[in-house]
Amino acid sequence: MKILNCPLNGPRNISEFIYGGELHEMPDPNRCDSREWVEHVYFHENAAGIVREWWCHSATSYWFLAERNTITDEIIRTFPASEVFNQRVEFTAVEGE
Amino acid sequence: MPFGLLKYGLSKDYPAQHHFTPSSTELKKHYDVVIIGAGGHGAACAYYLSKYHGVKNIAVLDKGYLGGGNTARNTAVIRSNYLTEEGVSFYRDSVKLYQNLSNEFGYNIMMENRGQLTLAHSDAAVRSFRWRAEVNQHLGVRSELVDRQTIRELVPNLNMPEDGRYPIMAGLWHADGATARHDAVAWGYMKGACERGVELHQLTEVEDVLISNGRVTGVKTNRGTINCGSVVQAVAGTSSVVAKMAGIKLPVHSFPLQAMVTQPYKPLLTPHVSSPHVHVYVHQTSRGEFVIGGGSDPYPLYNTRSTLDMKESLAAAALELFPFLSQARLMRQWAGITDMTPDYSPIMGLSPVENYYLDAGWGTWGFKATPICGQTMAELVATGKPPELIKPFELERFYRHQQINEAGATAASH
Repeated sequence: MKILNCPLNGPRNISEFIYGGELHEMPDPNRCDSREWVEHVYFHENAAGIVREWWCHSATSYWFLAERNTITDEIIRTFPASEVFNQRVEFTAVEGE
Repeated sequence: MPFGLLKYGLSKDYPAQHHFTPSSTELKKHYDVVIIGAGGHGAACAYYLSKYHGVKNIAVLDKGYLGGGNTARNTAVIRSNYLTEEGVSFYRDSVKLYQNLSNEFGYNIMMENRGQLTLAHSDAAVRSFRWRAEVNQHLGVRSELVDRQTIRELVPNLNMPEDGRYPIMAGLWHADGATARHDAVAWGYMKGACERGVELHQLTEVEDVLISNGRVTGVKTNRGTINCGSVVQAVAGTSSVVAKMAGIKLPVHSFPLQAMVTQPYKPLLTPHVSSPHVHVYVHQTSRGEFVIGGGSDPYPLYNTRSTLDMKESLAAAALELFPFLSQARLMRQWAGITDMTPDYSPIMGLSPVENYYLDAGWGTWGFKATPICGQTMAELVATGKPPELIKPFELERFYRHQQINEAGATAASH
């Protein structure tokens, strides 16, 4: 079994984790047009090479980030999301829009 | 006599007909159509263009060899018992073309109409099978809901305990289900295309797509740059990578799908048997091997390695249905890269780049669609207008939120 190193729980079997999609910047839902939003929701880079993506340790519901090589199937690095997100992301709609 | 035979085999006068473009052929400066990918789909598109649309100045390029990608890695299942009107109509026409393909080619693709049985292990599955059967029958596809007794008659070797972990409650019997030799499909199409002047260039990798004023003008390959009027990308497994060269992003995630075959046995299983619930599908080839398929890796990857985890889960599922396989030895295991779309339907048609046509997102449903996809894509390239049958599958559907949901009708586990 492949082992993934969880930043919270240490090395665990990869079957304990759920792949959570590519890390990409969310367009501002109050500003972007419909096509941009569709691309954010459905379209992917799906790169062959080193990618940054979300993973979740399902037993502890802990979300974190990983760098992984999609050609060699190697996990390069796992790290807490706080390395990338240093402030709270607001999802609430803007008044009057 | 042995020496005579050897001499004859090696002599230049050896009478075997060359089916494909000789490998020494130089690339021309210009082609009307460049098809990226010499799998079943690319070969079929070239075939229909050259035979029915009079377009013969075509190059089919492949970084590997003819039919060496996912054409050789699928489990060769042909069926049309999907769920949506668009999906069922499309695959139905593909099965019809398959029925006559050996005659069309004058070349045996070893088509066998064995039927396909999908098993329901829950009330919800029975309800969805009833729905599929109704949609299928309405569109002229032979599907029917069958009870346990009928299942027992169709597949006498199937394990059907009343108190098993996954009791079999009913089945969806699809009499149109079939199989064919997948390599022969690619060879037959390419042979027919080459006879009409199409050039096959193997070991020719496309490195970039040249675009000027929003219109494709050529491709850069490892053997030089060529100009062309239009490009078709038919590269299942690397759809996103090739589309990116043309500046196109796709709603695709690529996952390996693993399968395996056992040692050969005497013929004892006629139809394909599939269980979406237990996550396995099994059929016996005409050589006697049991093909066990359909385990998707749990994360995206461009690597066709096999894993023990997946072999264990596939084997456990296969034994649930056919315990007599417990002593079987595995002969081969492999994986193919499946370009999964959010709605489990392919992407065919126009792209944001003029004269650049997409034949992508073939997930686990590409082989069965080979003939109809080739025929409709050829019409699209020849006329510039998407035929009615594939119009709903265009990339634009995502922008309109008109996905074609076939998630429940694919046999592989995801």
